[in-house]
Amino acid sequence: MKSYPVNGRFGEFGGQFVPETLVPALQELESAYLRWKSDAGFRAELDGMLREYAGRPTPLYFARNLTKRAGGAMIFLKREDLLHGGAHKINNTLGQGLLAKRMGKQRVIAETGAGQHGVATAIACAALGLKAEVYMGSVDIERQKLNAYRMELMGAELHSVTAGSRTLKDAINEALRDWATNVSTTYYLIGSVVGPHPYPVIVRDFQSVIGKEIRDQMRRREGRLPDAVVACVGGGSNAMGSFHEFVEKRGVKLVGVEAGGAGRGRNAASLAEGRKGVLHGMLTYVLEDEDGQIRETQSVSAGLDYPGVGPEHSYLKERGRATYVTVRDKDALRAFHLLAEVEGILPALESAHAVAHAVKMARSMKKEQSIVVTLSGRGDKDVQIVAKEAGLESE
Amino acid sequence: MSEISKAFAGLAGGEGALVTYIMGGDPDPDTCSKVIDAVVAGGADILELGIPFSDPIADGKSIQAAAVRALSAGTTPRRVLELAKNAKEKHHVPVALMTYFNILYSQGFENFLRLAKSHSVDGIIVPDLPLDEASRYARLSRRMGVDNILLAAPTTSAGRMRMLASNTSGFLYLVSVLGVTGARQSLRRSTLALIAFAHRYTRGRVPLAVGFGISAPEHVREVIEAGADGVIVGSGIVDRVADYRENKSKVLQNVEEYVRSLKAATRG
Repeated sequence: MKSYPVNGRFGEFGGQFVPETLVPALQELESAYLRWKSDAGFRAELDGMLREYAGRPTPLYFARNLTKRAGGAMIFLKREDLLHGGAHKINNTLGQGLLAKRMGKQRVIAETGAGQHGVATAIACAALGLKAEVYMGSVDIERQKLNAYRMELMGAELHSVTAGSRTLKDAINEALRDWATNVSTTYYLIGSVVGPHPYPVIVRDFQSVIGKEIRDQMRRREGRLPDAVVACVGGGSNAMGSFHEFVEKRGVKLVGVEAGGAGRGRNAASLAEGRKGVLHGMLTYVLEDEDGQIRETQSVSAGLDYPGVGPEHSYLKERGRATYVTVRDKDALRAFHLLAEVEGILPALESAHAVAHAVKMARSMKKEQSIVVTLSGRGDKDVQIVAKEAGLESE
Repeated sequence: MSEISKAFAGLAGGEGALVTYIMGGDPDPDTCSKVIDAVVAGGADILELGIPFSDPIADGKSIQAAAVRALSAGTTPRRVLELAKNAKEKHHVPVALMTYFNILYSQGFENFLRLAKSHSVDGIIVPDLPLDEASRYARLSRRMGVDNILLAAPTTSAGRMRMLASNTSGFLYLVSVLGVTGARQSLRRSTLALIAFAHRYTRGRVPLAVGFGISAPEHVREVIEAGADGVIVGSGIVDRVADYRENKSKVLQNVEEYVRSLKAATRG
């Protein structure tokens, strides 16, 4: 199961549903990736950057107070929030940035939702001497102003996208259009395990360092693997990166947490409420209406606000290897406050979804069991939203 | 031979086919059927009718805006199928539907083809269903008698061009430039070279029609002279339909005259 995809597909999911113009570019990308991923010089350069620049390995922290509060299984936090840039996204942008350089592409484009991938792209491109241009929905720019400004400070050019719902999905549409126009000079650096093959594989592989470290750290600390790994799922890159190492290890329960938004029909839970469909070059679960028009999504967390999901998650769901649940906005906000109060950690609202579910799971598990929650990013970017929501609640 | 192939075969030496794209249901379904009348009156040889999709990644600003107008007017895939059927009955012009794969997939590909067939549709053009993915459905569309019109691009290699030419039906849709749909000021020299390149693989096998960025009668002439069997014009028409709210009375006339000038250019 680990060696998937076969012919660009995870079971029936994945594929390359893109305009003909981009097909040769995807083939070029795949052969470059296959060539460089096992190249010793490439690996050494990437590992060096991850260690000395990004801050790997990240700690695995036993959240004693949170565990006590939950009253059940031990809860560990995989601290991707401590990476340079404040999120796991840099694992992927450094990897793909180096790949872009090896391919001789000087211009890098990216899409971003919450802005974390845009920031990580700006960081990687500044460090590697590449030119970055980032597409971001105008609604997302409004709710993540700080990240938009951070990107510009690091030399990235920001393009505001005003089409459609003006969020992540529209930013991807616009990036794909740019790529088709400038395909010979431009590298499209996708930020999640989504898009046409080989992107879901490339991003998963660069993020799989998260799960490998969890494995080693748990073995060292507890002498065994965790009973469960929990991560939030928008496109699903931090979850796929956390899960990949454990897919073959049946004793480890894999749980993805989607954005439950304001409830049924008003969320971004593609796996829970979606149907099989084709979006952004991949066959996967999507949120759509009965005619096949992609639905607008809703979540307090911009990073989870996406109507599709990585095709490998659809596959893991269908195979029953991973389970996917939803956590609503209000419960994610409550988990944000809980983690801040008892552990002194502000999680990204995205990651707060995973924390909320882990606490719930821990209650029904034994004290000697363990859950690892991937804290995919830090919550500084969300403080304004949290303050606003807290104000609304007290009114 | 399909209706679409016949439209090419029926033209006298040197004359090219004019394929006109309009967005189904733009600006609203009722007005759209009048736009169809105007396009046919102007001399369109083949009608390409778009089904609006929420996320049209191969389209530029003009056609994106048309999709937004059509969707806000309540246009559904069913409604576009009805427009196609009416156009066929009224004008006997071959009709190809252009839309994105999710619209077909969500109805079930086979089911969609059956619906299309029962609405007298002759072909489908799906820009995000490239050769490799389309091959899964090739037998199905052949059996149903609906042309699956494949697209080739400036990045297409010789080997792929050969496969596209032998797998497409109706015609081969050559995307003339890198990028998305939309009117462009001038025709690039590289476009003419691309046409000559593609023509080597389509000659004697399947008609070659060129689209994306072609909007002026001079472009049409150059494209036909470079070896194309037809041209596809979309954004140029769609931009004229976009004037509808401000300029109701003139729009249909503008569209008809514009199409007539394009058609004249296909004859040299």
